[in-house]
Amino acid sequence: MSFPWAKHYEPKQPLMRWLDEKLPLPRLVYNAVGAGYPVPRNLNYFWNFGVLAGAALAIQIITGVVLAMHYAANAGVAFGSVESIMRDVNAGWFLRYAHANGASMFLLVVYIHIGRGLYYGSYKAPREMVWLLGVVIFLLMMATAFMGYVLPWGQMSFWGAQVITGFFSAIPLVGDTIRIWLLGGFAPDNAALNRFFSLHYLLPFVTAGVIILHIWALHIPGSNNPTGVEVKGEQDTVPFHPYYTAKDAVGLGVFLLVFAALIFFSPNLLGHPDNYIEANPLSTPAHIVPEWYFLPFYAILKSFTADFILPAKLWGVLAMFGSILLLFFLPWLDSSPVRSANFRPKYRMFLGILLFDVLVLGYVGGAEANARNVILGQLASAYYFAHFLIILPWVARSERPRPLPNSITEAVLAKHGGTSPAKSAVATAAHA
Amino acid sequence: MPRIIASLIGAAFVFVLAIALFGTAKTAIQDPAAESAEHVFHLRPENIHLPSNGFFGKFDNRQLQRGFQVYKEVCSACHSLKYVAFRDLTKIGYTDPEVKAIANQWVIEQPSINPETGEAATRKNVPSDHFPSPFANEVAARAANNNALPPDLSLMTKAREDGPNYIHALITGYRPQPAALLKEFPGAKTPQGLHYNPYFANLNIAMPPPLTSDGQVTYSDGTKATKDQMARDVAAFLTWTAEPNLNARHAAGLAAGIFLLIFCFLAWGAYQNVWRDVKH
Amino acid sequence: MATDSMVPPGESPEPFHEEVHDPRRRDFINIAAVSFAGVGALAIVLPLINQMNPSADVLAQSTTEVDLSKIAPGQAIKSQFRKQPLFVRNLTPAEIAEANKVDVASLRDPQTLAERTKPGKENWLITLGVCTHLGCVPLGAGEGENKGPFGGYFCPCHGSAYDTAARIRQGPAPKNLFVPDYTFNSDTAVTVG
Repeated sequence: MSFPWAKHYEPKQPLMRWLDEKLPLPRLVYNAVGAGYPVPRNLNYFWNFGVLAGAALAIQIITGVVLAMHYAANAGVAFGSVESIMRDVNAGWFLRYAHANGASMFLLVVYIHIGRGLYYGSYKAPREMVWLLGVVIFLLMMATAFMGYVLPWGQMSFWGAQVITGFFSAIPLVGDTIRIWLLGGFAPDNAALNRFFSLHYLLPFVTAGVIILHIWALHIPGSNNPTGVEVKGEQDTVPFHPYYTAKDAVGLGVFLLVFAALIFFSPNLLGHPDNYIEANPLSTPAHIVPEWYFLPFYAILKSFTADFILPAKLWGVLAMFGSILLLFFLPWLDSSPVRSANFRPKYRMFLGILLFDVLVLGYVGGAEANARNVILGQLASAYYFAHFLIILPWVARSERPRPLPNSITEAVLAKHGGTSPAKSAVATAAHA
Repeated sequence: MPRIIASLIGAAFVFVLAIALFGTAKTAIQDPAAESAEHVFHLRPENIHLPSNGFFGKFDNRQLQRGFQVYKEVCSACHSLKYVAFRDLTKIGYTDPEVKAIANQWVIEQPSINPETGEAATRKNVPSDHFPSPFANEVAARAANNNALPPDLSLMTKAREDGPNYIHALITGYRPQPAALLKEFPGAKTPQGLHYNPYFANLNIAMPPPLTSDGQVTYSDGTKATKDQMARDVAAFLTWTAEPNLNARHAAGLAAGIFLLIFCFLAWGAYQNVWRDVKH
Repeated sequence: MATDSMVPPGESPEPFHEEVHDPRRRDFINIAAVSFAGVGALAIVLPLINQMNPSADVLAQSTTEVDLSKIAPGQAIKSQFRKQPLFVRNLTPAEIAEANKVDVASLRDPQTLAERTKPGKENWLITLGVCTHLGCVPLGAGEGENKGPFGGYFCPCHGSAYDTAARIRQGPAPKNLFVPDYTFNSDTAVTVG
């Protein structure tokens, strides 16, 4: 693993030497995120978001463990225990707002991280395993976020649980049995709340484990970079520490600034007023919407309004899960040897449309279901599937990639107007 | 091969969506959704510019005390405030003895038991008690209010879109049903026992107008108790009940913001310094 | 593979002088940034620790009022103070005399009965019902419970025996039963805490 020119850990102090002999943990850290990991020198700020996602998970675990010291997972008192955290527990309002908005920040940076992977082709060989593990992390995050949203036991918590578990009832024959098994009852209540709390506490640690695998898998080929050209030699890389630790610190500062603005000045901006009403199984809120990070998927679900062989509900559920699961197949759907969309004019245009498309889906997911919005959602959903399943597999055939630089260093120097190396290499040759 | 399978699956989804789209469009053309009175006549509340708004926003304790007086003399007859304790009133400027007196003299007593017989009884409130509910339970509350349940007000400003402005607009917004509404939607006449209010989601609210005349409460600080003033004050008070730590939150936010700005600046400097000899 | 010839002019092959002993003046900004982050991390730890302190609702219940009118001489009641048992005992003249007879200097935790009660109200012995050894609730406050060899309280866990002034006389407990702060509101009511 790693490059031959990677620095080796040489403990200077006797204590560290002793520790390194008995348990090479410092060596592991040094090779993973220290000076022992050579990283392409040309990474842009989009490469900050992996570290930011890690920081967000750490924030969520710390605030979550602390909140669990005060929260009571019982349908009778859960809502009140959250209010007591907000009012009576020392700094409780801060911890709870940090955790609630931390979820949004986590999903936000992960979406940018995924977008980065899509744009720069980070899912392609030899990094397929990194991508697959990333999709697993994304699924775990979605499950964790959903179950966490149920815990305050407000109206949106309750009806969210009702609707999401309702997806499973779309499965033919066994659907209702599965739903009742998931809830431990016929509607969300104590049993569901308790198991959601248990799993909500467990899954972040599972996620942390998969993140370790994700980073491990990344360290075998090493990081991708904006040119998508593989590292050719030592001059293409810099040690992770101090170069990227310094750069990540800048990103972390900006991340925390946005996070703090949310916590301290607009803590309920991304929440929904109905969740400040205690769960009432007899009254559904006028307008049920999930949290913002699920809106595009919710829009896809809502767009399937017609029965065709299968009932509309099942189509919606299949499409919604399918829209995420198709990401698993991405490395084998994209046949282009060029990674970075910077050198793929057509793919880049389609990616731009996809970004706009997902934003439209997000809007439709949260908007009222009138004819205009439903049609908009149907068009946007159609593009989403067409993009990943029809356009992406075939676009490389009709695309002429722009010439790739011979190496990362060449690209960097060209940018700085230094010696202008001949850009003779064609795209396909770069992969050799 | 996998690409062909994927494309077939993709085409299937697109095809089903096309069928669905056709159906949606057909329904929209043949049977367009009718406008509803709620849609046309619902009004958005205007901004009442509370002193707690904005980055430097802080509660005005005198206003909160006036608002508390309105709650005590008007709203508390029907609405509970169950997440707020009497002791919390010290945070809006009441002293400990004052809070003790307020709790002791509160008209509704705490449910309790008779220490000798164990029968249900009530006792006087103490500062550590939460505000007692005016009704023993939901059934009693509905029975006393024409089958409408007066909601708890502790979190009301956070439980409604644009909460504080909404509270003010709602309690000052009662008016006769406009003739234009009845002309356009003859079926939408406000039912017997409900009251027309364009700020309420479905336009017809069960709560009778709570503030009926100027001077309904007498403010001890000399502020003129107009209906608008009372509505503003109670909106401010309910903003506090929903978010009692707002002052601390804003102060902490400013400190955190300044700290993080300096950190960003330093981190940027360190980044430039570390990379000074490396083109990237 | 890395070859020096690939490094263009003006580019140092070893760009970062971390290991070269040549601290530049500009490096202070790295130190400043790291120190600043450290201060921030410490500041964020405070609320994480402070959240475990008693919350406002717990602190609000830190006083207890006890009605003394129903307690006959020789009787005791158990009440609650900060979620701990509180013993309120109306001592008989005989018990007071017995407590005063003891040579204070011989006690493990020397205190007179007068020091443990309020002037003029020496019959009212108000203590926490928490054994000073390891926190069990001693017997002796309830009707018919074992009062131990000294007629006060007896802890069944490890055999600590307290006398009629609730002073430790025998067994492993190091201190007398704790007397909380309290005030008489009237002849028949006290506020503890």
